Amino acid sequence: MAVKQISVFVENKSGGLADITKALSDANVNIRALSLSEATDFGVLRLIVDDVFAAGNALKESGHIYNITDVLAVAGEDKPGSITKIFTVLAEAGMSLEYAYAFFAKSQEKAIMIIKVADRLAAKKVLKEAGIPLVKEEEIAKL
Amino acid sequence: MAKKYYQPEIETMPVEQLKALQSERLVKQVKHVWDNVPYYRAKMEEKGVTPDDIKGIEDLHKLPFVTKDDLREAYPYGLLAAPLKDCVRIHSTSGTTGKRVVAFYTQNDIDLWDDCCARALTAVGADEEDVVHVSYGYGLFTGGLGLHGGAHKAGCMTIPASSGNTDRQIQFMTDLGSTILCCTPSYAAYLAESIEERGVKDEIKLKAGIFGAEAWTEEMRRDIENKLGIKAYDIYGLTELSGPGVSFECEEQTGMHINEDHFIAEIINPETGEVLPEGEKGELVFTSITKEAFPLLRYRTKDLCILSRKPCSCGRTHIKMRKPMGRSDDMLIIRGVNVFPSQIETVLLNEGMTPNYQIIVDRKNNTDTFDINVEMSQEMFSDNLAEVTAKEKQLVASLKAMLGIQAKVHLVAPKSITRSEGKAVRVIDKRKLYD
Repeated sequence: MAVKQISVFVENKSGGLADITKALSDANVNIRALSLSEATDFGVLRLIVDDVFAAGNALKESGHIYNITDVLAVAGEDKPGSITKIFTVLAEAGMSLEYAYAFFAKSQEKAIMIIKVADRLAAKKVLKEAGIPLVKEEEIAKL
Repeated sequence: MAKKYYQPEIETMPVEQLKALQSERLVKQVKHVWDNVPYYRAKMEEKGVTPDDIKGIEDLHKLPFVTKDDLREAYPYGLLAAPLKDCVRIHSTSGTTGKRVVAFYTQNDIDLWDDCCARALTAVGADEEDVVHVSYGYGLFTGGLGLHGGAHKAGCMTIPASSGNTDRQIQFMTDLGSTILCCTPSYAAYLAESIEERGVKDEIKLKAGIFGAEAWTEEMRRDIENKLGIKAYDIYGLTELSGPGVSFECEEQTGMHINEDHFIAEIINPETGEVLPEGEKGELVFTSITKEAFPLLRYRTKDLCILSRKPCSCGRTHIKMRKPMGRSDDMLIIRGVNVFPSQIETVLLNEGMTPNYQIIVDRKNNTDTFDINVEMSQEMFSDNLAEVTAKEKQLVASLKAMLGIQAKVHLVAPKSITRSEGKAVRVIDKRKLYD
C-alpha cells in the first residue's frame, strides 16, 4: 500500500524549480504535495502527483534527474493531536523517520502525512495495528 | 580481409633504414629552410649553425628550437618556406591559449598529411567496406578535413558530418550504418550519452572510433568503449605540424606510432633544453622533414611525454609516444599546486560520475578560488539529501587526494555545462594573470 513519490534534483539557481513544475504542468500533471530539502548548492524536490507515469516521462524528456521512491501516506483527522499520534506510534515501535511532510486533502477533510522510513512494511504494520488509516496510490490520484 | 597497413613498406621499415631516410630528409629540409625562410636563417646564424653542420639526425640537437612564440612573432608569412602561389590551403589553431597561428599547405603537404590519417584509419581496421563518420569540425580546425582526407585515401565512404546537430549525427549513424567515428573524445562521450537516451544503441553499427585533439584519460576511453560498444583509439597531432595523424594508435592501444618518415621526435628537458634518452619523461619536440610550405625544425610542443622504441606486436617499426601527460598549456597552477584537468576527469569516472565538468578559477583577496561544477548523474542521485551530500563529500575527498588541494564542488543540472561540440571548455580562468 505504498505511494509513489517522485524526487527531482534541483540546481540552486533562479528558475530551477519553475523549470521542473513547468515541465509537469505542460504534461497536465497535478501536484498534490511538495517538499523541498536543500544543501548549499542544490536541493531535492519531493513530489506527490496525480499521475506518476506522466510525471516521470515529462521529467525525463525535459532532461531532469529524478527517481521514484515508495513512501507511506497516512491519513489523520484534521484536528490537533492527530499528527502527534502518528509520530508517537512510530517512535514507540523504535522507528525513525528519514523525512516527512504533510498536506491537507480537501475532498476527504483529512490531513495526509507522507513519511519515509527505512522499513516501510514494518511501519505499515504498526500504523495499522494502531488504527491509523493509510492512503492508497489510487486514492491520491483521485483526490 | 581488411588491410593491416596503409603503406606497409614504410610503416614496417627496419629502424636503421628509417633513420637513414630521416637523415637524408633532414639534411634536405634544413637547406630548404635556410634558403627560403629569413627568420630561420637568422635564428640559425644566431646559434652559429649552417646547413653544412647538419649531416644527419645525429646533428639535430645543434639546431635552435622553435616555439609557439616564434610562430606568433612570424605571423602570418614569416615562416612560409614555399611561394604563396604554390600553397593551396591554410589551417589555424583554435586560439585557446593566445593569438592564432596560421599554417600553410602545398598540395603535396596535403597529400602526405592525408596519408598519415589513412594510416591511422587503416590501423583501426578501416577499408573500402567502412563508413567513416567525421564529426570533427570542418573549417580552420584541422580535425575535420584531416580525417576526411585520410578516409578518402583509405577508400572508405566518408560522411562529412562536421560537428553539432546531434540529432542529425545519430540519424545518419543509424540510417547509413556508420562504422568508424572520428571526433573529439568529449563529443564521443556526449554522443554516447545521447544515443543511450534515445534508446537507439542497437541500431548503431559503430565498431571503432578515432578520438583526438583533446587530452583524455584511460578511464574516459573505457567509458566511451563501454557506452558505444566500440574500440576507442587515440590520435595525436598539431596544426603547426599538419594536423591529426602526426601519430596514431594501433590495435595494441599502448601508445601512438609517430609517422617517423615525416616527423622526427625528440624528448627534451623542458628546463634546460637538453635531449633526454628514450624512455625518459620530458617535453616532446618535433621536426617536420617533408613539409614544403610550413616546415618546423625542433618545434617545442609543450606536451609532456615518453617515447618508446620497444617492438610493437602490430609490426610497425615507428617509435611510439605515450599519451601526453598533459599539455603544459592545460596545466593550471592553483594556490601554487599544478593541476591537470585530466586528473579531475579520472576522479569523476572512478567515482561513477559523468565526465562532464568545468573548472572555474578566480582570485579573491589574493587567494585562488577553485570551483568545479559537476553535472549530476542518475547514479549519484537519491531522494535522501543526506545520501547525496555524503557522495558529494566523498568526491571532494577523492579530488583532494588526487590534486593535493581542496576544490569546492558544485553539483549542477545535467547538460547544463556547455558542450562546445568541437572541444569541451573545461577551464574558465578568471584570474587574468597573463594579460
